[in-house]
This record gives sequence, C-alpha cells and structure tokens, in this order.
Amino acid sequence: MTNVAVPMEGQQHLLHAHVHDALASGASHTKGQQHPIKLYLVVWGWLFVLSTCSYLVDYFGLHGHLRWSLILLFMVLKAGLIVAVFMHMAWERLALAYAILLPPVLVLVFVAIMVFESDYTHLIRVISFAPTA
Amino acid sequence: MAETALTDTVASTMRPAGWRGIAADWSSDQRAFKNVSWGKAMMWIFLLSDTFIFSCFLLSYMTTRMSTTVPWPNPSEVFALTVGDKKIPLILIAIMTFILISSSGTMAMAVNFGYRRDRAKTAALMLATAAFGATFVGMQAFEWTKLIMEGVRPWGNPWGAEQFGSSFFMITGFHGTHVTIGVIFLVAIARKVWRGDFDVGRRGFFTSRKGHYEIVEITGLYWHFVDLVWVFIFALFYLW
Repeated sequence: MTNVAVPMEGQQHLLHAHVHDALASGASHTKGQQHPIKLYLVVWGWLFVLSTCSYLVDYFGLHGHLRWSLILLFMVLKAGLIVAVFMHMAWERLALAYAILLPPVLVLVFVAIMVFESDYTHLIRVISFAPTA
Repeated sequence: MAETALTDTVASTMRPAGWRGIAADWSSDQRAFKNVSWGKAMMWIFLLSDTFIFSCFLLSYMTTRMSTTVPWPNPSEVFALTVGDKKIPLILIAIMTFILISSSGTMAMAVNFGYRRDRAKTAALMLATAAFGATFVGMQAFEWTKLIMEGVRPWGNPWGAEQFGSSFFMITGFHGTHVTIGVIFLVAIARKVWRGDFDVGRRGFFTSRKGHYEIVEITGLYWHFVDLVWVFIFALFYLW
C-alpha cells in the first residue's frame, strides 16, 4: 500500500498542475476555442509561403532526391500547421489527439507493404511482357 | 444531472501528464474524450475514416504508378496552361491551392468570431469561405473539361500510362465532391448563424435540438480537412 502511496505523493504537484490545466481547458471549452486572430493570419501566411515553395520546386524542375524530400517536407509542414492550429488539435486533450492522429500514421505500414508489392509486380511485368525480338 | 456534468468535466479530468493520462482517460468504463463534446468527437472520428478512404485512393495510385512499365504522363506538362504565348507549368493547380488555403484562413477566423457571438462577421466569413470553395470547384470543372477535350479518359490518354486518367478522375473527383458538400454545409450553417438560431435557442429542422456556436467549429473541422486532403493530393499527384 505504501508502495502505491509513495509515487502518488511524488505526483501530487504534477497532478495539481494538471488539474489547473483541466480547469482552464474546461473553462475555455464553455467559451470554445479562442485564439488571437493574429495567430491565424501568421499560419495563413506560412501556408502561402510553403505552397509557393512547393510550386517553385516544380517550376524550376528540381529532380531526384532533392525534389522528393522538398515536396514531402513542405507537405508535412503544411499538414501539421493545418491540423495543429486551424483544427485546434494543439489545444485538444491528449486522449483525443492520440486517438485521431495515431491511426493515420499506421497507414505508413500499408504504404511500405504496397511499395514492396508494386516493385514485385513491376519486376514480373518486365520479365514476362518483355518484347521478344 | 448538473452535478454529474460538473464532476464529469472537473473532478474526473484530474490526470497525470503524458501517456499515463491517456491510459487513465481510456480505461475504467467511462467517457474517453472528457471535455470534448460528442459533436466534435464524432466529426473527428468521421474525418479519421475519411482519411482512410483518401489514403486508399492515394495508395492505389502509388501502386499503379510504381508497377506500370509504361511511362507516366508528366503532370507538370499535362496541367500547364498557356498564358499569352508562354506555357506556365501547373499554374491552375497552384492558384487552386492558394484559393483553398485562403478559404481555410477565413474559416478559422469565422470560428473565432462565432465564439465571440459576432453573428454578422461569422456569417460573412463563412460565406466567403463557401465562395472560395465554389471557385475551387469551378476551376476543377474547367480543368476536367480541358483534360477531357484533350482526350483523357479513365481507360486511356494520349501521353502514357492508361491508369493516369482513372487515378486522376477518382482522386480529384472524390475531393471535389467533398468540397461541394462542404460548400453546402457552410451555407446551411451560415444561414443559421445569420438568423441567430444559436442565440435564441431555435431548434434544428432535423434534430429538433438547440444548436450551439460550436457547430461553426465542427463545420470548420470538415472544411480544414478538405484543405488538408488537397495538400496531400497536390504533393503526391501533381508534384510527384
């Protein structure tokens, strides 16, 4: 019993801080998600900049690994800004954030499987349908 | 009842930080999303399922593109527009991207003014968002028309791999449908805001329940998701 009590004691201040947090978020919930307009404008600006950057990648015809990494980088940054700020995920309770954000990440496993599968299909097609001349 | 609601939002939300808090929220037969209303939670769960649908589309596109032995048409050239006598690659898609991002910006501000109960600004910003969305759909219709006139079909096109057409129509068509539904959703909610339904507690037509200004945020979640999906389509289909 004391074994349980000791870590609880240690977490007391942590728990306390969180109660404040919960109370604050509970209070903000009744008023809803309120954030300064300036924050939205800044994010809006960044989304414009990032979109322009990804367009310029194509405009200047960058190729190879540089192209892919830049496209994916800008994509992830834009998606992160939209989800975190515009959709308010940054201020939601962690239980919701993980429940919603973890499953899509697991889609990456599916991506990996399909990369192997399509590589294999491609190989079979090259071998079996090669022009016999 | 009021007491239950109070303990539900205050006492039972005392949790340690981090993973322990998540485990505590999810265990012991209770409401998992403490301070999140059912409307918002259900919209998030719907968006999660929609994420899987779009993931499947993009995955099948990736698979066909990686496994075909025929060269894939170059999107940079296919979606180029001739302005004057200069051919600008991907310009229409870039403009569509900016329009959708702008609509997300106006939507985020509409949510903000909604919680301040500023009816006029909320409704105006939502209608501006809807107008941006309608413009986007219009440009997409133009793009589809152009490609169809050039001979793109779901079963073939003049430039290369046949799967290009089916992937294109499926992915952008499904996204365009989402935008269209979003525009209708926005106009419907903007009308309610404008009329003051959420101030006087007027009951909804379908639900017979009183609405809240939170519906503006929930509509916003859907709208931002549409923008979010476009971010992925833009990167993976048009730029890849």
